[in-house]
Amino acid sequence: MHHTGAEDEEKWLAAGITGLQQNAFYMHRALDSNNLKDALKYSAQMLSELRTSRLSPQKYYELYMRAFDELRKLEIFFKEETKRGFSVVELYELVQHAGNILPRLYLLCTVGSVYIKSKEAPAKDILKDLVEMCRSIQHPLRGLFLRSYLSQVSRDKLPDLGSEYEGDAETVSDAVEFVLQNFTEMNKLWVRMQHQGPAREKEKREKERSELRDLVGKNLHVLSQVEGVDLDMYRETVLTRVLEQVVNCKDEIAQYYLMDCIIQVFPDEYHLQTLETLLGAFPQLQPSVDIKTVLSRLMERLSNYAASSPEVLPEFFQVEAFAKLSSAIGKVIEAQDDMPVSGVVTLYSSLLTFTLQVHPDRLDFVDQILGACVKKLSGKGKLADSKSRKQVVALLSAPLEKYNDIDTALKLSNYPHVMEYLDDETKKEMASVIIQSIMKNKTLVSTTEKVEALFELIKGLIRDLDENLQSELDEEDFHEEQNSVARLIQMLHNDDPEEMLKIICTVKKHILTGGPKRLPFTVPPLIFNALKLIRRLQNQEENVAAEEDAPATPKKIFQILNLIIEALSSVPVPELALRLYLQCAEAADDCDLEPVAYEFFTQAYLLYEEEISDSKSQVTAIHLIIGTLQRMHVFGVENRDTLTHKATGYSAKLLKKPDQCRAVYACSHLFWVDDQDNIKDGERVLLCLKRALRIANAAQQMANATRGSGGSVTLFIEILNKYLYFFEKGITQITVASVQSLIELITNEMQSENVTPDPTADAFFSSTLRFVQFQKDKGGAVGEKYEAIKV
Amino acid sequence: MVLVLAIGDLHIPYRAPDLPAKFKSMLVPGKIQHIICTGNLCIKEVHDYLKNLCPSLHIARGEYDEDARYPETKTLTIGQFKLGLCHGHQVVPWGDLDSLAMLQRQLDVDILVTGHTHQFKAYKHEAGVVINPGSATGAYSSITYDVNPSFVLMDIDSLRVVVYVYELIDGEVKVDKIDFKKTGTATSHSAH
Repeated sequence: MHHTGAEDEEKWLAAGITGLQQNAFYMHRALDSNNLKDALKYSAQMLSELRTSRLSPQKYYELYMRAFDELRKLEIFFKEETKRGFSVVELYELVQHAGNILPRLYLLCTVGSVYIKSKEAPAKDILKDLVEMCRSIQHPLRGLFLRSYLSQVSRDKLPDLGSEYEGDAETVSDAVEFVLQNFTEMNKLWVRMQHQGPAREKEKREKERSELRDLVGKNLHVLSQVEGVDLDMYRETVLTRVLEQVVNCKDEIAQYYLMDCIIQVFPDEYHLQTLETLLGAFPQLQPSVDIKTVLSRLMERLSNYAASSPEVLPEFFQVEAFAKLSSAIGKVIEAQDDMPVSGVVTLYSSLLTFTLQVHPDRLDFVDQILGACVKKLSGKGKLADSKSRKQVVALLSAPLEKYNDIDTALKLSNYPHVMEYLDDETKKEMASVIIQSIMKNKTLVSTTEKVEALFELIKGLIRDLDENLQSELDEEDFHEEQNSVARLIQMLHNDDPEEMLKIICTVKKHILTGGPKRLPFTVPPLIFNALKLIRRLQNQEENVAAEEDAPATPKKIFQILNLIIEALSSVPVPELALRLYLQCAEAADDCDLEPVAYEFFTQAYLLYEEEISDSKSQVTAIHLIIGTLQRMHVFGVENRDTLTHKATGYSAKLLKKPDQCRAVYACSHLFWVDDQDNIKDGERVLLCLKRALRIANAAQQMANATRGSGGSVTLFIEILNKYLYFFEKGITQITVASVQSLIELITNEMQSENVTPDPTADAFFSSTLRFVQFQKDKGGAVGEKYEAIKV
Repeated sequence: MVLVLAIGDLHIPYRAPDLPAKFKSMLVPGKIQHIICTGNLCIKEVHDYLKNLCPSLHIARGEYDEDARYPETKTLTIGQFKLGLCHGHQVVPWGDLDSLAMLQRQLDVDILVTGHTHQFKAYKHEAGVVINPGSATGAYSSITYDVNPSFVLMDIDSLRVVVYVYELIDGEVKVDKIDFKKTGTATSHSAH
């Protein structure tokens, strides 16, 4: 059915074009022979094609455009005729004899154009005449195009300010009056289309109306171009009359289009100054009009206006733009009870963007908007659809992006309340946005209140919000999430130790609710942040005597750290906890707190004994223990002995013999520390090295027994190097003889038949011997020492 | 001319949030041929970042590294130089030059790159050169107070390596340069 309809239309259009062209041909012939009578006859016939009712707007437009082009030629002819002496008034009379009204009116407008140009009568009179005569065409489509034609030919002939058509009796008011009248009539015709035809074709009609809307809107465009329309005229005449028509027509399509048109076409400056009037129209519109979109676009324009011309900002304040917009939005939301949540949020988002642009310093405005949002969201429960959620995230992200400073966002009292309406997933998303903003701007969060507020906002990342719902988060995503929290913890800082300690305690309180999955990520950064604080206090203490009752002392902080690391046992992650205990022990050592350091070592050792059973982990752990212990200077003899004894014991009990060997000779360094005179026990050093040798021997034998050939001599070479290390230090117990015999041992081993060739070991031995030679070659005291060793 | 970046001890995110902005803007992909990393990155994100800087990425395991599969030591040859890599927490006493010399002999390398102390060092002894690029983020260290962020760029050209150290001091990047020449089995150096 529809298909044949389109086919038919094509046929009719083709027929119309043919008819038009035929008559145009004859018209041209008449023009060429200056035959006015025939020219009028054929032009009228040509224009009759426009009397059709069969074409859709798009097709009619095609026909119209051809007629338009022909009429231009006719107009030129009319102009020449008047030059030749034919009175334009008579011409104006003459064309009214055309048989049918539509052609008659097109011809009248065409002559009218020449008439105005001739200035034989005031432009305003002719225009008035024309615009009223067009009333005879009440058919919407034909009427719209006719009036559009009138508008087109009259455009450059309006009695505008400074135009040649301006006179004493005619002014820009007349021009405006003309355009307004044309506009009003066109809108009426346009609206009438809505009710023509059967109900079932409503959709088709609305589509056709949409195609024609620019014809109506063009009038507003013309008005905006009229020079003489200044703010006063706009305010008093133009806007009032246009709004009157918009409201009174009670047509949803027209109202939506025209309100938007007004906003897009007239200058932003005018909108600012007529804000109240403009906004006042909204509640009067049909309830079905999508006001929020129009309002949003208005706010967007005003935001951009403020952004591009900062010098107009005072105007915004003067007209109280924010208050008016805010109130208008409130009214709209109240009036449209069934507006979806996403719509409400969009409106407030637009207002927020506007406010951030125009009144960035008015945090109270920003907070007000968030508050209004909260009020509207309350009673609706958590947001269900993803569109609303996205809108809310955009709403909450806007202040972060604008202010580049989390402090400002934290001052907005309604910010957390808005967040409450997000579901858990989106809360986490928002939390990530907040953290990213902080990281990007490298802002430090510096007070306890701010930290507290911040951690409340990001609580979705800090702990499981819903006990029952374990989120199905991808492990990698979870790690990323928690790592971002770890980074955040690095951004908390205050120079005042008291405040810093309070911040640490606040963070501790929050992260301890995180559960075993999160602690391994959140505890280490907090510990290290605290260790940095302790070091700052240390430096201060060197200048100022520490008071016992000052709240922030290293000792108090260590107590807190102890508790925090203890929490890791719930995970459990003994390797991590051991490392943290050792870090704290070293820090305590720097503060000369012997009991505290000892306690940390105890905890570390307990973990080693009870929790760390994996061989590889044990090896690393023991080296960390030895390395840390080696650097401690605060321990008295007893404590040191206990810890050293334990450490060597652990070393000897490692599973693999080579690991044992290495750990044991590492322990030798526990008995000789260069910068501590009371730790220089050459006897014990030698004992360690000898023990290491025994283990190396045992390893050799085991290799022989189990694999048939000797194991690598690498261990021996390592021990040799240690001998040389202590020999260099001048330890008497390390004699030249012992060094020599070790060298021979290794040489023999390497030459022995049943040892697997090992180029690495060979190279190692060679470079060791090279070292000895190098020392010998140094001469002087060093050279003498090494003299006796034969390589 | 081969450019080798020596970098490590970033401790992201547990001791530092990120590389300093000034370092980030200097380190761009495509300019470096190898990266030698002393370890303690600590997370995959940092690994990916380095890998993106240069696909030839060599890492030794630090005691806080998330990925336990990095090796304890690594050796590689670049041009005429043999390089060795080790985080350094395994070598007791920490930071002790003579103990590190032993490791260097054991790995039989001309240049030993090691970390852990977060303190930049570049010196030579009879077995070769030891380089510590420090901590690229200036992370807290129990061993070194007042750590300045630093990293090292080595320009290896046949028998010569020029070591550039970049340090962030009071917000400004300061560069220093040390020359080392390999002669036969030993290396000699001159500082500039």
